Amino acid sequence: MTRTALSGWGRTSTSYADVVSPNNESDIATTLATSPGVIARGLGRSYGDAALLSGGVVLSNRDLNGIGPIDADGVVTVGAGVSIDELLAQSIPRGWFVPVTTGTRQVTMGGAVAADVHGKNHHVDGSIALHVLSMRLVTPTGPVTVSPEVDAELFWATFGAMGLTGVLTSVTLRLIAIETDRVLVDTDRLANLDAVMSAMALGDNAYRYSVAWVDCMSRGKHMGRAILTRGVHATKSDLESSSLSSPKDAKLVVPFDAPSGLLNPLSVRVFNEVWFRSAPRHEEREPQTLSTFFHPLDGVRDWNRLYGRRGFVQYQFCVPDRSSETVVAAVDLLSSSKVASFLAVLKRFGPANRGPLSFPLEGWTLALDLPVGSSKLSAILDRLDELVLEGAGRVYLAKDARLSPEKFAAMYPRRGEFLAVKERIDPEHRMSSDLARRLDLVGR
Amino acid sequence: MENAFGQPQTLIVLGGTSDIARGLTKKLAAARAHTVVLAGRSRNLLDEASEEATTYGAATVDTVVFDAKDVTDAGRVVAECFDKVGDTVDLVVVAVGLMGDQFEKEDDAALAGEVATVNFSWPVAALAETRRRLVAQGSGRILVMSSVAAVRVRRSTYLYGGAKAGLDRLCEGMADSLEGTGVRLQLVRPGVVRTRMSAGLPNVPFTTDVDDVVKNIMKGLANGDPVIWSPPILRYLFAVLRHLPRSLWRKVMDR
Repeated sequence: MTRTALSGWGRTSTSYADVVSPNNESDIATTLATSPGVIARGLGRSYGDAALLSGGVVLSNRDLNGIGPIDADGVVTVGAGVSIDELLAQSIPRGWFVPVTTGTRQVTMGGAVAADVHGKNHHVDGSIALHVLSMRLVTPTGPVTVSPEVDAELFWATFGAMGLTGVLTSVTLRLIAIETDRVLVDTDRLANLDAVMSAMALGDNAYRYSVAWVDCMSRGKHMGRAILTRGVHATKSDLESSSLSSPKDAKLVVPFDAPSGLLNPLSVRVFNEVWFRSAPRHEEREPQTLSTFFHPLDGVRDWNRLYGRRGFVQYQFCVPDRSSETVVAAVDLLSSSKVASFLAVLKRFGPANRGPLSFPLEGWTLALDLPVGSSKLSAILDRLDELVLEGAGRVYLAKDARLSPEKFAAMYPRRGEFLAVKERIDPEHRMSSDLARRLDLVGR
Repeated sequence: MENAFGQPQTLIVLGGTSDIARGLTKKLAAARAHTVVLAGRSRNLLDEASEEATTYGAATVDTVVFDAKDVTDAGRVVAECFDKVGDTVDLVVVAVGLMGDQFEKEDDAALAGEVATVNFSWPVAALAETRRRLVAQGSGRILVMSSVAAVRVRRSTYLYGGAKAGLDRLCEGMADSLEGTGVRLQLVRPGVVRTRMSAGLPNVPFTTDVDDVVKNIMKGLANGDPVIWSPPILRYLFAVLRHLPRSLWRKVMDR
């Protein structure tokens, strides 16, 4: 049998699996019944090993691609393999936007639910879970419809479980109404981490969307200097002329792997400097397109190849408000250890939801991109794990490729609740992934 | 499962009592390895090494005793190691080797044959069984301890170097045979390392400590380099040395 080579978006490891692409629930049920191990995979945007299963069956959800009509309240049912990009192409011209979007449109709804994704509006709107009305899930014990009312336990356990409760086939969610395809953006350039964190703590609630890009390479009084961008959807009256156009495809492509080491401490430092200087010191209500504001990374296709053959790891953690010092300690650790780290993303989170494995906690989240290559990196990230744990925080599984099972269990104290649900719907432990095996989440 | 840095959670070390193997096992146990199976010849040294692995963080350590002079036993040893792990095996290290004094052995049929068996035949048999099991599993890595002595064989260590050369070339082919299976094989080519095995050898340039080799292996696991040189500069040095005219090679290497 020929196996297909797959990797996560960070491209740190290649895993071989049998790939199937069923387009209906009965074929999915058959696959689950006949394979010792299965995991669903969408567009492969999780950074680590969440959508990999070495030697097992990887079930592509991309043929589950139906998009239903959008009703007057913005409620729509979409196939789990439909990407945010494909949904927006249909919905924006009709005046609807997704309630939560990741930094790329290239994620499927199934993947979005599995990771319980958040966007720049988490502090106001929460993660995707709060906008899903119901969903269809093929579990190893059969297909079910789950919602906050019907098998709420399984419904909530699915958010953040990285696909381990079964194969999602469709998701019913409520979209939000928009009048235009523009966002009014306020930009501030802030000299250091303290300045940006206090600006966000004080001012974020006035904006639906907020995110800061932090430079983790600068030291001293400029440590953690940042560009803070915050926005609201523009109404028709905000603009002289308005439109509702769907996002365009990427114009730029990275056609081949860059040499490993292209992104090194020096080149990253130079990039960060140029990027910081090129942002306006202060700008108010600048109209930007939805894609410019929400999906800056989609401008360059296959940008992960810039990190070369060795790939990169992303490290995203969140800590409660009382542990804001952890964010400072993390930036300090990175900037002093001189590993190349591209612009980090800092955000505020609103309250956590009921999902036992859902990532967001009310407080702060910081995401870091780090090229593999420095021999110090592994130890630095292990140290970051400890800092995060001391701050009662946790690491985001959609980004993770290196956490240990012990640290994971400490970070996700409700792991046991999840495993109890998994045992109920998957007593033979059919749902598995390389991540599940690494973090001891398969069940036993 | 191994993580993004190629750090295994489950580990088998064939020849687990050698100094380099012990250094590597400690480092891997401190990183992510929770289940370790060490195979070696000496019961006492195995006990020492497994205690070490436990101290450095491995939750479960088991041992298998074998003698690398018996090629017919290699399959049994590998099978027993896999059984003792009882789970997906992330990394198999093949660190079986024997050097000894070349001049004592080169004219002795039995002793010369033994060097070839321990450094070549036994590892090849063990690799065959390891390869079969990992390919069936669809994942995993094999790390084979070769040597720069295998890159170009020297007069003063030709028995050891020649056997290692055979193993090294064979592994290059085996690594290619693993393309597309989910399994990969990496070779380690250290220069002279201060260990029990090399005790008594003259201190040639670029001699390193066990810790340096272990550091380079950890880096190689993360980077996935098919050949891990230690120190890394030997890659370039040997690119030149291997093409020296023989008369010059003899002068440089066997002064």
